[in-house]
Amino acid sequence: MFPIISKEILAPTISKFVIHAPLAGKKRKAGNFVIIRVIENGERIPLTIVDSNLAEGTITLIVQAIGKTTKLLCSMNAGDSILDVVGPLGNPTPIENHGSVACVGGGVGTAEMYPITKALKGAGNRVFSIIGGRSKDLVILEEEMRAYSDEVFITTDDGSYGQKGIVTDPLRQLLMNSQSGIKAVYAIGPLPMMKAVSNLTKEFGVHTLVSLNAIMVDGTGMCGGCRVTIDGKMKFACVDGPEFDGHQVDFDELILRNRSYLDFERMANEQLLKEMASSHEVAP
Amino acid sequence: MTVLNPLKPSERMKIPRQHSIEQLASDRVQGFTEVSFGVDEERAMIEATRCLECKNAVCVEGCPVGIDIRSFIQLILQKDYAGAVNKIREANYLPAICGRVCPQEEQCEAVCTLGKKHMPVAIGKLERFVADYEMEHNLFTPPVIAERRDEKVAIVGSGPAGLTCAAELAKMGYRVTIFEALHAVGGVLRYGIPEFRLPRKVLDLETDRIRGLGVEIQTNFLVGRTATIDEFFEEWGFSAVFLGTGAGTPNFMGIPGESLPGVYSANEFLTRVNLMKANKFPDFDTPIRMGSNVAVIGGGNTAMDAVRTAKRLGAERAILVYRRSRQEMPARQEEIHHAEEEGIELLLLTNPTRILGNENHTVTGMECQRMELGEPDESGRRKPVPVKGSEFVIPVQIVIEAVGQQPNPIIQATTPGLKTGKRGVVETNEKQGTSRLGVFAGGDLARGGATVILAMRDGKQAAVAIHEYIQSKLRVEENKVIVSTGAEVVGT
Repeated sequence: MFPIISKEILAPTISKFVIHAPLAGKKRKAGNFVIIRVIENGERIPLTIVDSNLAEGTITLIVQAIGKTTKLLCSMNAGDSILDVVGPLGNPTPIENHGSVACVGGGVGTAEMYPITKALKGAGNRVFSIIGGRSKDLVILEEEMRAYSDEVFITTDDGSYGQKGIVTDPLRQLLMNSQSGIKAVYAIGPLPMMKAVSNLTKEFGVHTLVSLNAIMVDGTGMCGGCRVTIDGKMKFACVDGPEFDGHQVDFDELILRNRSYLDFERMANEQLLKEMASSHEVAP
Repeated sequence: MTVLNPLKPSERMKIPRQHSIEQLASDRVQGFTEVSFGVDEERAMIEATRCLECKNAVCVEGCPVGIDIRSFIQLILQKDYAGAVNKIREANYLPAICGRVCPQEEQCEAVCTLGKKHMPVAIGKLERFVADYEMEHNLFTPPVIAERRDEKVAIVGSGPAGLTCAAELAKMGYRVTIFEALHAVGGVLRYGIPEFRLPRKVLDLETDRIRGLGVEIQTNFLVGRTATIDEFFEEWGFSAVFLGTGAGTPNFMGIPGESLPGVYSANEFLTRVNLMKANKFPDFDTPIRMGSNVAVIGGGNTAMDAVRTAKRLGAERAILVYRRSRQEMPARQEEIHHAEEEGIELLLLTNPTRILGNENHTVTGMECQRMELGEPDESGRRKPVPVKGSEFVIPVQIVIEAVGQQPNPIIQATTPGLKTGKRGVVETNEKQGTSRLGVFAGGDLARGGATVILAMRDGKQAAVAIHEYIQSKLRVEENKVIVSTGAEVVGT
């Protein structure tokens, strides 16, 4: 059992959890993830490790309530426990001093971008960060990102905060501006966003790393469910990734694969709503 | 010893081999309950009387772990079933599992003297009988561990190789910890072999008994990532490590259409059902896609398990597509027979060339070509050759590929100095030792792909080698102490 030490609500659907998982935290590096299973009947899902605290033996996870498992997790509180946590999994992000880099986070992807941003700053980079969200509510970790960035740009789809538009707008400006001298781009967010970023940086010939959130079961290279096509070759996101050269990723294929279980997710969500409703009925 | 079996050999030979009692095919495809109920006491007794009790018991040599088969059958004749299972357990700590999944027809039963002219003694069924009898009547008695030792051994992977190695070392008194990456224990016995061949109750009981020997099992621990082998020696205080991580990385055919949703590796398909219970969705959260027509590619036991699982998930047509003929199928005859009883279609001498999808990107069919057998290849089996212009399409909605597995690469990649050969198979010597001192390996990781019993054989052999290794290291250290004490004496 892995106890939840604390919980903080970052946005209406996004929560931050600090979880006691000393083994997963001990060797964790930026870019690593864990596979968790919340309850006995639960599924195994991958979540990026946002931070860790060696002294406390904890890891930090930031979760957006989308499917049944993430909704269930987001309904849990400090004092509750998660059944299984295994990690750190995947290859850590290659961190080097490129000179100038852009760190692009979209939605809850900003949480995954944060440890990489921190590491890139630590390696001596000049860091330009771009945080995108559908609306003001979904722009997260602004302060944390500012702490490790030389400059931060914020975009919202609806213009409720920062600049109205999408993350590629300020990124294009940065890439066109020779003074910024961007040598590498790191992007994490929804697949269409990472695809758009990769298409843009390809025009400028700037190396781009993206993190692929494929559907996983074991997360240790055993099922092949997370297979992705990179430069025409089959790779497993869990052990070969999760980060790949954005210019080589077949995004359209992954977008399709990630839709494999949409009908099941709908069913599971309905089930969860029913369970939650009935548990409310019995509550005093 | 009193004469247990008054029958003359010629009389014994006349007794027909006893068959298992099996669930009707039409019933068993409705769910995941076990196909075979094994033999009952009466049949077991008849079967035991068939044994010729050969002086030179060749069956024992035929057993990869060297079970004293003749003796355990004699104990059955004395109705000492608990004694019989304990006799097996001296050589093999997982009798209820081996009695179910071992290919006895290629091992002990293949060399049985009776089998030369008649049917061999059903050794596997007798093994299962005594193990089940013990289970049902609660007769299990844990072995006495003579001597407790301080040295710690790490076992990586809780599959058949690791469990066996752990049991043997624990019996010798070592402090053993098994590290398992998944949340449940058993490795391929858990995620790979379906419940209708190995009920989870049996697996749980056998693994609990290994815990009962004092073996600690740490789940959710991926060795190589959570901690490395070097750290096991330097920080965790282990004296030796056994690697039994199996061959879990699935191969894919490399044909167009493989990335379509609806195409699974057999490993993923079976893991979703066996480990995650996707067959019980939505009560369990892990989903699985199904269709009325399912094609499984391959001819091994994994392919059999996948196609029979697909049938149980409701496929009207569950089709096994294999490029060679029935004779070359690596699957056990018994499994092929059971599959056919369950209505599995065998599409032999057929090779898939393409998986077809529609505009919604769901699988609609699989294009195949006919094959014919040519000259023998390096495996000694006749090589399948495509028949030109023989392409045809079978309408399917789900495709499952069971075309082999390779060792998982994580241990090799994170253990400097660990020598590997073709496809990441860890190189071992005849004592299961690897190129790294104190690191031993066995099972599919060292074989590339084999059986449960061969993995167990390796685990057992490695336990003996680990014991020798630790003891010789202790002697060296002891000598060092003596030498240094001697020096002190000289100095004073």
